[in-house]
Amino acid sequence: MEEKKNFLLQAIGIKKSFGSIIALEEVNLEIGHNEIVGLVGDNGAGKSTLIKILTGVYSADRGELYWKGQKIDKLTVNLARGLGIVTVFQDRALVSQHPIWRNVFMGKELANRFGFINIRKEKEETMRLLKEMMGFTSASISSPDTIVGNMSGGEQQGIAISRALYFEAPLIILDEPTTGLSLTESQKVINFVRNIKKEKKSCIFITHNLFHVYPVADRIVIIDRGKIVEDLIKDKITLKELEERMIKVTGTNAMRAKNADKFLLNN
Amino acid sequence: MRNFVNQKRMEIAVSSVFLLMIVIFICGNPSVFLNYRLYMAVFTTLPILIFLSTSLVFVIANGEIDLSFPALIGISAWAFASTVKAGINPFLALIIGIIVGSFGGLINGLMIANLGISSLILTLGMNFLLRGLIMIGTNGHGITLAFLRNTKFFEVFLGKIGKFPLLMLWAAGFIIFVWLLFYRHKFGGNVCYVGNNIISSREMGIDIKRVKTLAFVLVGASSGFVGGMLCLINNQFYPNTGDGYLLIALTAVFLGGTPTKGGVGTIFGAIIGAFILGFLETGIIGIGLSGFYTKFFFGLILILALISHRIYKTK
Repeated sequence: MEEKKNFLLQAIGIKKSFGSIIALEEVNLEIGHNEIVGLVGDNGAGKSTLIKILTGVYSADRGELYWKGQKIDKLTVNLARGLGIVTVFQDRALVSQHPIWRNVFMGKELANRFGFINIRKEKEETMRLLKEMMGFTSASISSPDTIVGNMSGGEQQGIAISRALYFEAPLIILDEPTTGLSLTESQKVINFVRNIKKEKKSCIFITHNLFHVYPVADRIVIIDRGKIVEDLIKDKITLKELEERMIKVTGTNAMRAKNADKFLLNN
Repeated sequence: MRNFVNQKRMEIAVSSVFLLMIVIFICGNPSVFLNYRLYMAVFTTLPILIFLSTSLVFVIANGEIDLSFPALIGISAWAFASTVKAGINPFLALIIGIIVGSFGGLINGLMIANLGISSLILTLGMNFLLRGLIMIGTNGHGITLAFLRNTKFFEVFLGKIGKFPLLMLWAAGFIIFVWLLFYRHKFGGNVCYVGNNIISSREMGIDIKRVKTLAFVLVGASSGFVGGMLCLINNQFYPNTGDGYLLIALTAVFLGGTPTKGGVGTIFGAIIGAFILGFLETGIIGIGLSGFYTKFFFGLILILALISHRIYKTK
């Protein structure tokens, strides 16, 4: 039992089925403090079901969840949000017609007790956030007034991640953050994930692309057909070996990563 | 400065259309258009349009539409007129009218937010249903309210300071209220966020049903006030009170640059839109054209505005 205190989030023996289809069977997953965990698996492997359980969208048929060593009886969406488990979905995280500062404080406005927003303060804080978190200079994000829809895909992910960090979210779940992005944009997203590590927070990085998660992850967890088949410390395995294991588990056709993606490793 | 111009492009565009229109009118008939009387005449009808168009911005920015507000005007006018006729203090009767309008908006909002039905179709049906109720209830008869003339109530709303109509000041007060609500208050932000991206809004903990419902309540409340004012302006409650405002109030919103798909809106645009339509109506007659030209120019200016918004957006 003492051991549980060392984890931020721990899932034990999670089982979930939809009718006769078993989505997850006996899944054990631990996320440590300030740990970046890559959750890798093919489509339909059970990644999103597991994430929906960890964020309270679904409840598990069986199994236990612990947050900082405390057992959670029933995790709801509101409870998960209250604990600071933030999910960043690509294309779904931001309001694209609005400026950065509006997006940062959306739903958590700096307002007085009558509900009036302190716009000046929100813009100042956004400016500070852009300087500290965005970590690179780009003309399009020089001002808090920039409309999010005019920014690139990677930068938008960056805003969503920075927003979660601003509000001190202990666990940020990134759902396929690099899918559909160009190489440079994926690189930007990976840099934002490094910010999560730097800010001493934890992250679950969900992807089907090993090359995107390997450079930033502390651990790589491979999920296949509802089971966790590998749970590896990144430093103890080379990418080559990891690739071979992945192929062995999921079959060759699952390795769809482009050669170009390997380029990311050198940056 | 350049930043300001960039951000306010749409507002600047619609204001220049308005100014251009006024210049054309002044050149066309200087004696009428340089006389304050014309402006004072416009200012007695313009406030009605301002109340409606600015509150409609909330519903439209929320990604919905309200076509039932003419009937809400009608039903609150009916409530106002019959309570005043029964001897109740007109100020209290006006509040009753506003409550009736808000309640109609609440029903719209609750159904749309909770049942997830199309606001276009629901409010269309609601408009028929409520208007039908008025017709059935009144048997098509109006209520005379001439006794309200020259009362304190009349002076407060339709009186004048010097030559300036007081209703315009009430409209100015309402503009300040909706402006603060839309741009400075959490509610205005939430209205737009829900219209822009409902999934993201839910993720960020915004109470979507509440926001949607309240937007419809706002339209109901302003329709309620307008209902009372129309009774006062006409000295009479007509069973079809409010019917003429459906298209013109929506035209003012879209003319101003609020897009139909929701997510953003402009209060300033809706006001200028109302000004354009208000002056166009009077101006066409003032310039010597027959009143038959009014609708033609309404249509023309709306289509031109739509094209210019498109061009400004893609720039």
